[in-house]
Amino acid sequence: MTHQTTPGTLAPAGTVDHRPRRSGLIRILRRLARHRSGRIGGAAVLVIILMAAFGSLLVPYAPLKIDMAHRLLPPGASHWFGTDELGRDLLSRVIFGARYLLLVGVYSTAIAFGGGVLLGLLAVAGGGWTDMLVMRLVDIMLAFPYVLLLLAIIAALGPSLTTAMVAVGIAGIPGYARLVRGEALSVREREYVDAMRVLGAGTLRITLGTILPSILPALVIYTSYVMPLAVLSASALSFLGLGAQPPLPEWGAMLVSSRSFLATAWWVVAAPGMAIFLSILGLNLFGNALRDVLDPKHS
Amino acid sequence: MAAFILRRLLVTIPVLAGILFATFLIKALIPTDAVLALYSGKVTEQKAEAAIAAIRAKYDLDKPWYEQFASYAVKVAQGDLGESIRTRRPVADEIGFRYVNTMILTGAALLVAVLVGLTTGIASAYWKGSWIDEAAMAVGIMGISMPAFFFGLVLIYFFGVQLKWLPVIGTGDLRSLILPALTLGLIESAPLSRITRSSMLDVLSQDYIKAARAKGLSEAYIVLRHALPNALLSILTIVGLQIGGLLGGAFIIEVVFGWHGIGELAVKAIGWRDFTITQAIILISACTYVSVNLVVDILYAWADPRINHR
Repeated sequence: MTHQTTPGTLAPAGTVDHRPRRSGLIRILRRLARHRSGRIGGAAVLVIILMAAFGSLLVPYAPLKIDMAHRLLPPGASHWFGTDELGRDLLSRVIFGARYLLLVGVYSTAIAFGGGVLLGLLAVAGGGWTDMLVMRLVDIMLAFPYVLLLLAIIAALGPSLTTAMVAVGIAGIPGYARLVRGEALSVREREYVDAMRVLGAGTLRITLGTILPSILPALVIYTSYVMPLAVLSASALSFLGLGAQPPLPEWGAMLVSSRSFLATAWWVVAAPGMAIFLSILGLNLFGNALRDVLDPKHS
Repeated sequence: MAAFILRRLLVTIPVLAGILFATFLIKALIPTDAVLALYSGKVTEQKAEAAIAAIRAKYDLDKPWYEQFASYAVKVAQGDLGESIRTRRPVADEIGFRYVNTMILTGAALLVAVLVGLTTGIASAYWKGSWIDEAAMAVGIMGISMPAFFFGLVLIYFFGVQLKWLPVIGTGDLRSLILPALTLGLIESAPLSRITRSSMLDVLSQDYIKAARAKGLSEAYIVLRHALPNALLSILTIVGLQIGGLLGGAFIIEVVFGWHGIGELAVKAIGWRDFTITQAIILISACTYVSVNLVVDILYAWADPRINHR
């Protein structure tokens, strides 16, 4: 990976010049807009955000409103996506569900990112025993197949949407920690880090002020893989009854009760299922484009 | 080679100890008292305390955590996984046949994943940039975006409900294995296909492939006998890691198809808060995964003489 600009190395102590970075951000957004899967993925992400933000204004029906007179109606003019076994409008429930996807995506990725960066930098800055302890912990967590790690955490914390988010977050920590440690170790060997040390900068200052900013692009690229997986896992947990609980209109949880009606009313499964699939596809396409833009060597 | 295997075995020991401690934590972290009281039957107010005290003693909960861990470790080493809190039957009896079922499902799915993943990967590497490559790429990104549980339901709808070709639920016979194995195998073939493609591309650009062409060997012979064996080495490592994905995926697929494996039971046991069962299933699955990767590592070292057996 190449680091074209390394903020913090040129800036004088205590000041960070934000201007070059902002223009960098605009350049990245421009390139994303020119990228085919960037446009499709970006549009999907935008739709999810809009549904999550303005869902309550958009929905034609209340997502929890039971209407037994109109149960299991096929998609039609009054109910575009049909209704479920309790007569609830599926379009409204799907729109409302977007907020849980966003919630899970942001929170669990933040936990994984924060925890992993903390552990990884701790290993690098601490060295010796600290390094060994942290890496053994990471090894043990990675010795569990991912889904099993999630189940183990949920078994301990009890099933709910919050614990599902926390579990997905914790399960993502070892991957980040390993990446941060590897990248940070290679950055630490660079000459400008030596130069800072000679100039009297402390370990904390070098780790947070220099190493962390220079490994950020690698972290962003890794996050583009992690976030779709996090969202997918959380919806799987809800589907298993270990995450969001019905009647919450979370897409995975919607399938729990609906799937027994698959034979007679395919739309009760298709609506939430396609919502999950298309959102994750959108996130993956966006991630693909982001990787192409940030790291041209990658493709 | 013997030294390599020995050293690799030694490295596994701390990992196994870590797994043991992590599964022990499940019991330590959940509000065990409440759970035990729940299953101790209806007791009157005065008797409740005595009953809970008896249960606490039975599950070692009245001892400090390190003694609890030591006795847990000793029991596991003796092959004693405890008894289910809910059914009071030995955990080993509850999960024995289910473990076999899960392994059958995982194995069948692995077969599907390897067949489909290798074929599409080789094809898209050989015809790089063609419509086959493009289509495989598109299907691949859909594969990694498709939730396994939804894909399972889609297959159930088309092959079970509409066409009525295959049973949609059940365990045991070969026919009821087809749909769950296809669901899991096809999903997991997507990443395998990408890896196969890139390692085949590496190999196909080597000089010895040009030499083979210059000798006038047939293209099929070159791809299958010269390129594939060399590409297989890096594919093998990924397959080992993918066993984890397959095993975890099997846990979800079992719930979709009502396949009586350990995954289906684990999900129920978490709901019941039956921690001895959950603990045992997670312990056994993690150990299976570690052992499989140990075997893959050894196979890898055996298959590739260039590897320095450090």
